[in-house]
Amino acid sequence: MVKAAVLKAPGTNCDAETLHAFGLAGAQAQLVWVEEIERDPKRLDRFQILAIPGGFSYGDDLGAGRILANKLLHRFREGLTPFLKQQKLVIGICNGFQVLVKSGILPGGLAAARQTVTLTENDSGKFEDRWVWLKSDLSTCVWTQGIEEPVELPVAHGEGKFLPGDPAALEQLLGLGQIVFQYTDSEGRSAGYPWNPNGSVGDIAGICDPSGRIFGLMPHPERHLFSTQHPRWTRGGRPADGDGLKIFRNGVAWAKKHL
Amino acid sequence: MTELSEKPARTGSLFRVAVGHRTGVADPDGRRLLGDILDLGISGIEAVSVARIYYLYGRLSEAEAQQITRELLADPVTQEAQLTQMDLEKPAAAAPSPTGAWVVEVGYRPGVMDPVEASLKQAAADLGVAGLTHVRTAAAFTLRGSADGAAIARISEKLLINGTIQQLVTPESLPGLLFPSETPGVEEETVQLTRASDTVLQRISLDHQLSLNLEEMKAIQAYFRRENREPTLIELETLAQTWSEHCKHKTLRGPILYTEVVEGYEKKRLIPNLLKETIMGVTETLALPWCVSVFKDNAGVVAFDEGTHACFKVETHNHPSALEPFGGASTGLGGVIRDILGTGRGAKPVASTDVFCFAPPATDPAGLPPGALHPRRLIRGVVAGVKDYGNKMGIPTVNGAVLFDERFVGNPLVYCGNVGLIPADKVDKRVEPGMAIVVIGGRTGRDGIHGATFSSIGLDSSSETVSATAVQIGDPITEKKAADALIEARDRQFFSAVTDCGAGGLSSAVGEIGEITGARVDLEKVPLKYRGLTPREIWISESQERMVVAADAEQLPKLLAWMERRGVEAAVIGQFTGTGRLELRFDGKPVGELAMKFLHDGLPQLQRPARWTPPAGSEPALPAVQDLGGMIRRLLGRLDTCSKEWIIRQYDHEVQGGSVVKPIVGAGAGGPADAAVIRPRLSSERGLVLANGINFRYGDIDPFWMAALAVDEAVRQVTAVGGRPDRIALLDNFCWGDTTRPQVLGTLVRAALGAAEAARAYRAPFISGKDSLHNEFRVGERVIQIPGTLLISAMGQMERVDRAVTMDLKSPGNGLYAVGWTRPEWGGSSWWAEENLTGLSVPRVDFSEGPKIVRALAGALADGLAAACHDCSEGGIGVAAAEMAFAGGLGLALELKKVPMPAPIRQEAGILFSESATRFLVEVPAEKAAAFERAMAGLPAARIGEVTAEPFLKIVGLAGREAARVGLNELRAAWEGPFKEW
Repeated sequence: MVKAAVLKAPGTNCDAETLHAFGLAGAQAQLVWVEEIERDPKRLDRFQILAIPGGFSYGDDLGAGRILANKLLHRFREGLTPFLKQQKLVIGICNGFQVLVKSGILPGGLAAARQTVTLTENDSGKFEDRWVWLKSDLSTCVWTQGIEEPVELPVAHGEGKFLPGDPAALEQLLGLGQIVFQYTDSEGRSAGYPWNPNGSVGDIAGICDPSGRIFGLMPHPERHLFSTQHPRWTRGGRPADGDGLKIFRNGVAWAKKHL
Repeated sequence: MTELSEKPARTGSLFRVAVGHRTGVADPDGRRLLGDILDLGISGIEAVSVARIYYLYGRLSEAEAQQITRELLADPVTQEAQLTQMDLEKPAAAAPSPTGAWVVEVGYRPGVMDPVEASLKQAAADLGVAGLTHVRTAAAFTLRGSADGAAIARISEKLLINGTIQQLVTPESLPGLLFPSETPGVEEETVQLTRASDTVLQRISLDHQLSLNLEEMKAIQAYFRRENREPTLIELETLAQTWSEHCKHKTLRGPILYTEVVEGYEKKRLIPNLLKETIMGVTETLALPWCVSVFKDNAGVVAFDEGTHACFKVETHNHPSALEPFGGASTGLGGVIRDILGTGRGAKPVASTDVFCFAPPATDPAGLPPGALHPRRLIRGVVAGVKDYGNKMGIPTVNGAVLFDERFVGNPLVYCGNVGLIPADKVDKRVEPGMAIVVIGGRTGRDGIHGATFSSIGLDSSSETVSATAVQIGDPITEKKAADALIEARDRQFFSAVTDCGAGGLSSAVGEIGEITGARVDLEKVPLKYRGLTPREIWISESQERMVVAADAEQLPKLLAWMERRGVEAAVIGQFTGTGRLELRFDGKPVGELAMKFLHDGLPQLQRPARWTPPAGSEPALPAVQDLGGMIRRLLGRLDTCSKEWIIRQYDHEVQGGSVVKPIVGAGAGGPADAAVIRPRLSSERGLVLANGINFRYGDIDPFWMAALAVDEAVRQVTAVGGRPDRIALLDNFCWGDTTRPQVLGTLVRAALGAAEAARAYRAPFISGKDSLHNEFRVGERVIQIPGTLLISAMGQMERVDRAVTMDLKSPGNGLYAVGWTRPEWGGSSWWAEENLTGLSVPRVDFSEGPKIVRALAGALADGLAAACHDCSEGGIGVAAAEMAFAGGLGLALELKKVPMPAPIRQEAGILFSESATRFLVEVPAEKAAAFERAMAGLPAARIGEVTAEPFLKIVGLAGREAARVGLNELRAAWEGPFKEW
């Protein structure tokens, strides 16, 4: 059975629903505390998937995701390097995405681990919880295969504006198929605020590493597992499964097949 | 965790790191501040930028400081950092401001909690830099433009510095900031009390901020005469905290001589215990089997799902929020979350609610009483505080309300609520002699001293300075860690009882949990934020994020090991004894001792006079409304009714994944949901429904009906989304003015009577509650009393969340039904407020028919007969219909003469805007109309119109002609207007 580690740091707060999502997708999901990996980075060996869920790890002190990013680089490396060499999967959601970006694991991978892009304060200057449309038509990401129509997920963040360090970084992401999700309107068109809820450059909502196995996104797929989580479900006509479930199923299916 | 080291020799190096935005990168903080400066009426400032400042001290090399800066402090894409080394002993003069600009650097006062400090030290250690021992942070504001020194001083005072917790940071202030409070506290003093005269007793109470009245002081005097000794201050403080209105509710529980003037005659009656007779009395007589624990724990507990109970509590944090809105509101929420954590042997928080009352944001700054913060600043600060604490705790804030009235200037109301789940076998606490007293979570500092007693007196212009220490600073991550670890420890049976440290700090928590056994506390064992606290300060500090648990000898080592594993501080601070006494020691030396019996039962009962006189005056003539559509738009745009989307979106209302009915529902940009529905266990179909009823305006006419209407509104909202009417649990929160005035107490008595009667009628028991009295603001001789405001919070249940109903219109061709009688009731209504009238015709709840309507409607909703349902509240049918239309993006055509009325109202506005109780608008598909009508048979319900595809709300008047036609976009624009740009 595919085993997924859901990483918990002080201030992580989307762990329970992320565990639930992996469970629904057919994995055996387990909560793993940062301290446990700090004590023994090899603990990661027994898992095929590492999920870094949303929340405010370490209270966002020093900037969103910064402290956990620092731990990934300096305290987890011994376990994380072999984990990634074995082509295992990583997903970072919201704060988890911030962690992957601040550590430089996204977009370049752990070996490079140089921060070239960032997630910064929303253009609105506010934390915002709202539902967004996302299209995925350019990427090689294993987590989003088969998602062709625009999907709906909620965002809930204050610092989710994707900003590349320089234009070349953006070109490179595009060229290598690393742009996984872009904010759009319901027809899949670029539409500005509030469809792009934070002012992300290129409407970028999620990216992956060149291998497509490390995936980070600001929206919350674990909050759209059932139809009743959708803001307009009482208006009818929705399938029982939420759009987010597909992402977890993809990850688990890939791990089952390849790992 | 910081170690309490010996006084440092200060041989380390000090670095200052300034982190600012790179050119061209947006600076939302600066932009927001610039807007606030313009709001203040100050012109000339053209740009504001904000830099984060870090002071790093320790055995650090410059290379290490550079590494910390590069890897931890500055984002390489958006920020740039400047590192300078400083000499702590010879601080250089402040860096000169750049030309044409003022720089104001602001940091926390010495001793105020700065959570970044510990985080940065830990992160530096992760990097391999071990020498960083002291950290202090600040914000540097650079203001460019042509403003003069006076303007900068005003901006600093009003916007940049909250003197209660913050100060200017200068090089000279650094030693004090980095190494705070190392002066040892003063020795405990004995107070000469036993032979004091009445005047002296009163002065003692005043001098030590005890907020105890003469009778109470005399009871204490008598106790110490019997003990044959003088009290120590710590004993007096313990009594003052425990006996405070905040902790004891002595007004509501004490005897009241109540006089009601009925048609000129006085009716007098002695009420021995108002709470027992009204609020608690309802619960007792209803004796419902699903009420598990009521009025005895930190929250009320009801049966919910297989093996799982739900608990609910709402608290107020008015006075702290008046002084420091962000800190006051965030710790208000943090505090009520701890109430849930401290219920039974610990409940898991799953949802929060918040309700606020402010003065209108357009209040003229020039007319603001001295010492009062402007409502705009209060609103922004309070919302930011709830957002920060709630979002960081990962608890969705799902329901709330915001109301406005001039009388809240200086004394806003901030209600924070929390809901939790608890396993059915974890509801009972067990405290036995020999068990250890363990404090868990945050450390203790000087913050929040005298909060309980401070909240029990009125505010005035000096409160800001006098009560500086009463404000608390929250650290949600510490609470999140403690909460997670506590629930895990609970499931492993590592402790036997838990309670929270709220008002009164350890003194209340230990006093409460050890009431039966007695307790001995060694105060030197309490973990401190910094040295120098006196035993008394340790005992009464209201530092946040602390829980107190009881563990037996077998549990204790496991508990301590678990907390260590989770990085949560836990310390044994004493033992439950069996002596029935509270014994306080410091370094082995006794510093205080009280009999628990006296502490809890020694409070003298004081009979208070209360008087209620119905308002004089007569009912005004119905105002003529020329433009019905225009009035609907005006009512939609009233501050109480309009969209609060700018608040809702800032709250994470979907974390935990349980969201079913969100605060905003419908097509497109949606409309206001009646109540929140959550599914707190993702593995179960069961739902909890959260709603609130509040409208102080009716109380200006008759608090009895105000209270009954608040209950009616809460019940309506639960029903409208599909909740079961037979499983509604209520909470009462009374926020009142100075109840030592008989007229003010009279309105409170009347409200309690009304709330009880309505709750009894609906068979909706109260399970917990709280009151906050003395909500007034003194300006010289003038006293601004808040309107007596009762918040009724409701927690309902539903079997299957996929049966929930929302208020947005679903489909053209469906019928629209009005349910409930529309009567000539306009007193206290939004319409009349808009016409500057109050009137006398306050809506009344029909206690016999109301529950029948609700039961029948709930049955129809459960049977799936309704496509949409919305309750009618402020603005009546007119506002409810408009909201349903724009929320669904569909038109509506209504005929006013079809509205059920026991006696015809001959004026169209009178029908549209009456605020009669127990009314709903229900959208019913044509094929279900017959079944719906059968379900409502014998009750007032009539098809008054139809959903249309045309984007208009169309109203056919009494003469059969079109009386109004308003476009959906206009309706929406009116509703969104007031806070659109916030």
